[in-house]
Order: sequence, then C-alpha cells, then structure tokens
Amino acid sequence: MSDNALGTMVGNLSQRRRAAKAFRWICWSVTGLAVVLLAVLLIDIVRQGVPWLNTKFLSSFPSRFPEKAGILSALAGTLWLISLTTLFSVPVGIGAAIYLEEYGAQNWLSRFIALNISNLAGVPSIVYGILGLAIFVRGMGLGRSVMAGALTMSLVILPVIVIAAREAIRAVPRSLRHASYALGASRWETIRHHVLPAALPGIMTGVILSISRAIGETAPLVMMGALTFVAFVPRGPYDEFTALPIQIFNWASRPQREFHELAAAGIIVLLAVLLLMNATAILIRNRSQKNRPG
Amino acid sequence: MLLRRSRFEWKEELAKRGLFLCAIVSVATTFGIIAVLAKESFAFFTTVPIWDFLFGTRWTPLLEPRSYGVLPLVCGTALIVVGSGLIAIPIGLLTAIFLSEYSTSRVRQILKPILEILAGIPTVVYGYFALTFVTPILTAIFPQTQIFNAASGAIVVGIMILPMVASLCEDALRTVPQSMRQAAFALGATRFEVSTQVVLPGALSGVLASFVLALSRAIGETMAVTLASGATPRLTLNPLESIQTMTAYIVQISLGDTPAGTIEYKTLFAVGALLFAITFVMNLLGQWFLHRYHETYE
Repeated sequence: MSDNALGTMVGNLSQRRRAAKAFRWICWSVTGLAVVLLAVLLIDIVRQGVPWLNTKFLSSFPSRFPEKAGILSALAGTLWLISLTTLFSVPVGIGAAIYLEEYGAQNWLSRFIALNISNLAGVPSIVYGILGLAIFVRGMGLGRSVMAGALTMSLVILPVIVIAAREAIRAVPRSLRHASYALGASRWETIRHHVLPAALPGIMTGVILSISRAIGETAPLVMMGALTFVAFVPRGPYDEFTALPIQIFNWASRPQREFHELAAAGIIVLLAVLLLMNATAILIRNRSQKNRPG
Repeated sequence: MLLRRSRFEWKEELAKRGLFLCAIVSVATTFGIIAVLAKESFAFFTTVPIWDFLFGTRWTPLLEPRSYGVLPLVCGTALIVVGSGLIAIPIGLLTAIFLSEYSTSRVRQILKPILEILAGIPTVVYGYFALTFVTPILTAIFPQTQIFNAASGAIVVGIMILPMVASLCEDALRTVPQSMRQAAFALGATRFEVSTQVVLPGALSGVLASFVLALSRAIGETMAVTLASGATPRLTLNPLESIQTMTAYIVQISLGDTPAGTIEYKTLFAVGALLFAITFVMNLLGQWFLHRYHETYE
C-alpha cells in the first residue's frame, strides 16, 4: 500500500487536484443514479397501474378476463398469512433474543445459536420453501393452507426478528438491570418489568420491518404451490389461499399487456401496504426517541 | 420456607427453559433444512451418480432423453451473479464512499432512506420491472435480444443488491478511525487519495464482506430471474439469450404438479442442496470477513 500511495501522490499537483475533482463528480453522479433508478421504477409502475386501480379491482376475484380481474382473494390471503406469521414468529423471535442477550451471552451454545441465526438470515428464501414443502405441506399434511404458508414464512423472518430484537435489548443500559437486581428482583422479573418495556419500541420497529419483508416474500409461497387459481376468501387457517405477491407474479408471467398492467396495479396495492407498515415503524421510532428521558 | 423458595425458582427456571426453547428453534430450522435436503438428495444420487450431476453439461430432467447435468443451471446462475456484481459492486462502493467521505449529514439523511426503500421493494416487483421496462430497452439497443434474457435479470438483481453493498460498505468505511484520515490530510493528500488509499484499504475486510454477502444474495434470488431470464437451461456466456438459474428451475418444478417420490421431484432437492451449500459457504466467508474487521478497530 505504501509504495502505491507514494507512487500516486508524488506528481503534478494540478493533476492530482483534477483527479480528486473527477472522483468527487463520479461519486456524486453514481449516487444520484440510485435515486433516479427508484424514481424510474415507481413512475413506470404508477403509469401502468393507476388506470386499473378502482374499487372494482379491490373487490373482485381473479379472472381470465383482465377487465373483470381483481385482487380481493390475494389481499385477504395476505392479511391471513401475515396475521398468523406474526402470531408464530414474534413471540419466538423475541424469546430467542432475550435468551441470547440475557441468559447465555457467554457460553459456547449461545455463540453457536447466534452464529447459526446470522447464517440462517442469509439462506435463500426459496430453500425455506423447500423445507416448508417437505415438512408442512407434505409431512404434516397441511396442504396448501394458510397455516403451512404462515409456518414457512415464520421461519423465513425469524432470524431477522431475532437480530433486530437483540439489538434493541442490547441498547437497554446495564444500570437499569443493576438497579432492579439491587432492589431484590429476580432475573426474570427484571427482564419482564424493566428490560422488555424499555426495549419495546426498538423491538416493535424491527418486528414491523421483518413483517413487511414477509408481505413481499414470494418464493417460499410459490414453492409450496400457492400459485393456484383461488377465487374465494380463506375462512380459516386450513383453507387454501393466494397472496398479493403471488397474484402479481401470476399476472406478470402472462404474455398479454393487460395482465402486465394488472400486475402494476397489484404492485401499487402491495407497495401501499408496505408504505403503511414502514410509516408506522418510523412513527414508533420517533415517538420513543421523544419520550426517552434526557 | 423451602416450598416458597422452590416455587420462586420454579418460575425462574420455567422462563429460562421457555426462552431457551425459542432460541433452539433456529437450530432446529437449520437441521431441518439439512435433513430434508440430504434425505431426498441421497435418494436422487442413488439413481444419478453425483459425478454426472455435478459435471454433466446437459440438464433435461423433464424431456427424453433425460440428462441430469447441473452445469447449465450453475452457468445461468453465474451469469446473473457476475452481471449483477458488475452493476452493484462499483455503484454500491462509490455510493458508500460518497456517503461516508463526501456527503454532508443533510444529504445523507435524504439518501439513506432512499436506499432503504430500494432494499425493501419486494423481488417480484423487480421481476416485473425487468420484464416490462429493462427488456424492451435492451431489445431496442440489441435487436437480437430474446424476450427472456440473462442481462435483464442481472441488471435488476444488481439494482436489488446495490443497497446491501452500499450500506454494509458504508458501515465498514465509517469504522476507520478519523485520526487516520486526518494524518493523511496533514501529509497533503487530496480527499480522493484519502478515500481510496487510506480509508478503503483500512476497511477492506468489511468491504469484501459486503461483496460476498451481496453476491450470495444474488445467487439465491428467485422471483426476478424467474420472471425475466427464462426457463431454458443452457451453457452459454451470451447474456442476451434465455437461460435458467438454479432457483428458477426449482420454481418451475414446483409450479408443475410433480408427484412426490418421482425423480423430477427429487431433482428439486438436489438442486436445492447445491444452492444451499454454495450460499452457506459464501455466508460463512462473509461472516468471517465481518468478524475480522470488527476485531481490527473495536
């Protein structure tokens, strides 16, 4: 490194200044590119999709005829899926985070679990789909039900929840725990009454962001065979279902232009749901920052 | 006295055991994945020799004459990974340098959320974007472009992993101590020289970690390449042709109603096992790089 540095730094001063200026300009424009990309993506989707967005689109079932097709069963399916996924993954995820942060921070087992979780976070979601297909859909005989989908999706987002919740719990000052112990509280009482309430806003933010990931996740559901024609709203956790990203995939993979525009309209609905979730997360983050003493 | 104390400890013990069970779910998931993949793959490899699978150059499990050489799928995935890396690595790295070395905190406050939005857009949306926006542009420039092509998939996967490269790199660049920059400035270096010759080498292992982790994500990317890059397993280096990635093949099989127990069904697990093994090794490598740079400065 030092040889190289010497080589480039010795030389004409104005040349070096020019190189610095050029690099600065390149960095600026490349970063601007990311902004332009996002804008192009959104404008393209809105331009294609908005003409199809109306109450009929939101309240109709999918159809072979584009003008009759709607997104009701997909929207209902996503709501079912997300409710059950939240129910399964959030308690387990927070529990795992508490264990790793408060109980076994030092021993080899919890180090192994932590390493395992960061590895799981990098496993492609389609591999979870294979697991879901083999265990929940076929092994446990749940079929293509909301239940099988939610169990699979819970496993997908569990590592993300654990990592986020751990960070939130770690941010709670040690002094709070010490004060609680000093007053005679047990470990669990300290966690239950002091650590968790203090960490809650951070945990909530992480949970909401993980759930928004589950809303957009497509591959595991496609794997489980959720890509079937579903023209009804699921009435219970053992009914078959479809979901927003599945419906979008379905429309986008057809050759006709009208279906592509329907896909764009579906994407707008999906992005609107995601925006709502993220806005909630930001709101919680800002409120908790305001309430923090000091 | 004894009774009260034991009840108290019982509650503590219950909490501890319950929380431990939650933590162990993740380990069970890993073992579940490995067990499922191993079981069906072994069954597959009793019919098809593992050598033919790994080094065969024809992948036609659904057509006669059947052939189970996975290389065309690996080649398809490699095209996507290389293409997306060519886009995401330079742009992501330069964005990170801009964010950490050049931008004011005001500009950063605008840019970071934009990157977060790009990272949060579902992959199926990128697939739609590739199919309806990127491919027509490619066709206009290169008329021989096929409707489904590797380039279009690679471009959107590149956009998709760009925020990951940018934010992990920025984290790495920021851990380089301010004193090192000041020392270089004091020697008369320009900001360009400081960024590329002091900060970047100092954060190298974190930067490499971001590349490895992002490319691993590109390997596992499914929906965008399924929608945009086609279903034609083929050994080619031409990005304008239709290809098939490992993930797209898995989707193709699961879309058709393949009965459990058939050889086609088992290919799904063999390809899945290969995919899992590749991404697993890359993630371990990425974690190792991350660990190294944390040790350097913290």
